[in-house]
Amino acid sequence: MTNAPQLPPGPDAIASFSGGPYTLKARVIHLVYTLPALVPLFVLLLAVAIFGVLLGERFLSPFALTLILQQVAIIGIIAMAQSLVILTAGIDLSVGAVMILSSVIMGKFSVHLGMPQELAVLCGLLCGLSCGLISGFLVAVVKLPPFIVTLGMWQIVLAANFLYSGSEVIRSQTIATEAPLLQFFGQTVSIGGANFTYGVMFMLGLVVVLSYALSQTAWGRHVYAVGDDPQAAELSGVNVKRTLISVYALAGLICAFAGWVLIGRIGSVSPQAGQFANIESITAVVIGGISLFGGRGSVAGALFGALIVGVFTLGLRLLGLDVQWTYLLIGLLIILAVTVDQRIRRASL
Amino acid sequence: MKIIKAGLAGVALSTAAAGAAVAAPSVCLITKDATNPFFVKMAEGAFAKAAELGMELRSFAGRFDGDHETQVAAIETCVASGVDGILLAASDTAAITGPVQAARDAGLLVIALDTPLDPIDAADMTFATDNFEAGRLIGEWALRTMEDPDNARIGLLNINISQPTVGVLRNQGFLTGFGIDIGDPNRWGDEDDPRIVGHEVSNGNAEGGRSGMENLLAIDPSINLVYTINEPAAAGAYEALRAFGRADDVLIVSVDGGCPGVEDVAGGVIGATAQQYPLQMAALGVEAVARFAETGELPEPTEGKDFFDTGVGLVTGSPVEGMEQLTVEEGMRLCWG
Repeated sequence: MTNAPQLPPGPDAIASFSGGPYTLKARVIHLVYTLPALVPLFVLLLAVAIFGVLLGERFLSPFALTLILQQVAIIGIIAMAQSLVILTAGIDLSVGAVMILSSVIMGKFSVHLGMPQELAVLCGLLCGLSCGLISGFLVAVVKLPPFIVTLGMWQIVLAANFLYSGSEVIRSQTIATEAPLLQFFGQTVSIGGANFTYGVMFMLGLVVVLSYALSQTAWGRHVYAVGDDPQAAELSGVNVKRTLISVYALAGLICAFAGWVLIGRIGSVSPQAGQFANIESITAVVIGGISLFGGRGSVAGALFGALIVGVFTLGLRLLGLDVQWTYLLIGLLIILAVTVDQRIRRASL
Repeated sequence: MKIIKAGLAGVALSTAAAGAAVAAPSVCLITKDATNPFFVKMAEGAFAKAAELGMELRSFAGRFDGDHETQVAAIETCVASGVDGILLAASDTAAITGPVQAARDAGLLVIALDTPLDPIDAADMTFATDNFEAGRLIGEWALRTMEDPDNARIGLLNINISQPTVGVLRNQGFLTGFGIDIGDPNRWGDEDDPRIVGHEVSNGNAEGGRSGMENLLAIDPSINLVYTINEPAAAGAYEALRAFGRADDVLIVSVDGGCPGVEDVAGGVIGATAQQYPLQMAALGVEAVARFAETGELPEPTEGKDFFDTGVGLVTGSPVEGMEQLTVEEGMRLCWG
């Protein structure tokens, strides 16, 4: 945090800008800097408004709007994991693979090995946690670059998934009779046309919990500090290694939960699902205004990022446009988001 | 460079030697990927047949469906190792023709499996499912099954927007079987029949099937007939319908005949599916290469078609009059994956 206006005016403060005459531009930049989720939130509301005008009732119905929530739930949850890692100036390419392997383990252990379903779910979650711990260890202790570590983990975990599962799908109906707990997150609560799956509620709950943890706890402060400047963090007494390992491990655990939510959504256990989750989660995080250089951004922003993608996807489909237009617009948004991030960084130096 | 040249010369020698001596014939199998159960089973069928005939089989696969470069490298490896023939399920059907021609020039028999090359005669022969016929069968079955086909509301879940041939053939076959004018048969989406609600993409998996079905329902909730490119997409579509309380009044048809898919037919998730036979495809391919290695004889196409049709069966739990159909039990016996 090198932003002068942000420093609290201590007794020896030499210069303080508080109270100085702000121009409108400076005010906006300052606001966006302190609340980086504002830009994606604005884009999200704008997109909803535009599609609402173009499509009317069909889009602005509780049904369609909660449908978007359901469609982004998986990527939204994965984006939470990705956000944590990117806040430490890392990146996790293995998120999708970890999600799938965890879901396959839950399915295979309960249906094929006949394990009690609670235990199978626990094993799946432990699988995600272990993958994260390994990545975290390699990044924090062995000091390998996160990109390389998670590139390797991605391949290893995905291959392990295919080797173990033999690419075989476990059918929805089989799971419903033998291990219904696996489909827990697929259950729906309907309130007047609006449908909320447990998976959606989990995603929203996760955003709240992580936002709190990142902003109100020492651990959260350490995550930002490590991402901003690991040397400075180390010198100020932050245990950088432990913080990094905890972040990767937590990210792995969140991915495993995403795997559980995924079973709820598609009903079956499919070893071939989620192939693009890493790219889609990074997209959501970047559009959500989290800096790839670490230390800046909020998980709420990542949720908005995921929702923006969901709004564009459904909105453009309801308009009857070719799916390619969605990708084109998402591409533009990514570049726009990074441009905004860069400008803010420059303005804040 | 020198080493490569020397290597190639060595290969030329060894193939010549192999031609002269009586060595066991060998064959390469190159599939789109090694994870899709369809190709996993195809490889199993090929290995079983090769073992039976005492042939050597080398198996290659792209890293993912669409991985062209790995397939080219595999063809080069096969040519260099002096096999008698290549069985190829191509990812990029047009771009692969160059390396395929090089292999044929080197004296190899090249058989396209499952996916015809573009043009189809770029390979010596194609062993494939008649995908248009597969689509037509489920279309006709749906037409005969629905009480009021004139007021059908049809949603279609395809593979992806690049419109690969297999997907176009199944889609257009389905619409033809249902009695809908398809316009340009080489692409889907140009039909103007008001019964069509929309075409969505599913990436051929359950996740995409669910999202695609949700989008179709958002466009028009009155959909009552859904075509799906394959059974995982159908299973995903069914989950979406179930979530909307529409599971029982929408008819889903599909193509593939994988074991989970046939179980879904038995369980009433899918109304009917057109089953294809990848093990058979691979086994016939291996046999053709064995015959070619022994006698130099080239495989012949099915009469009236420009490829060898490995057959398709309509599997359903609710048979209709006037069509040849397989029961679920028969489908289970023949299923793969």
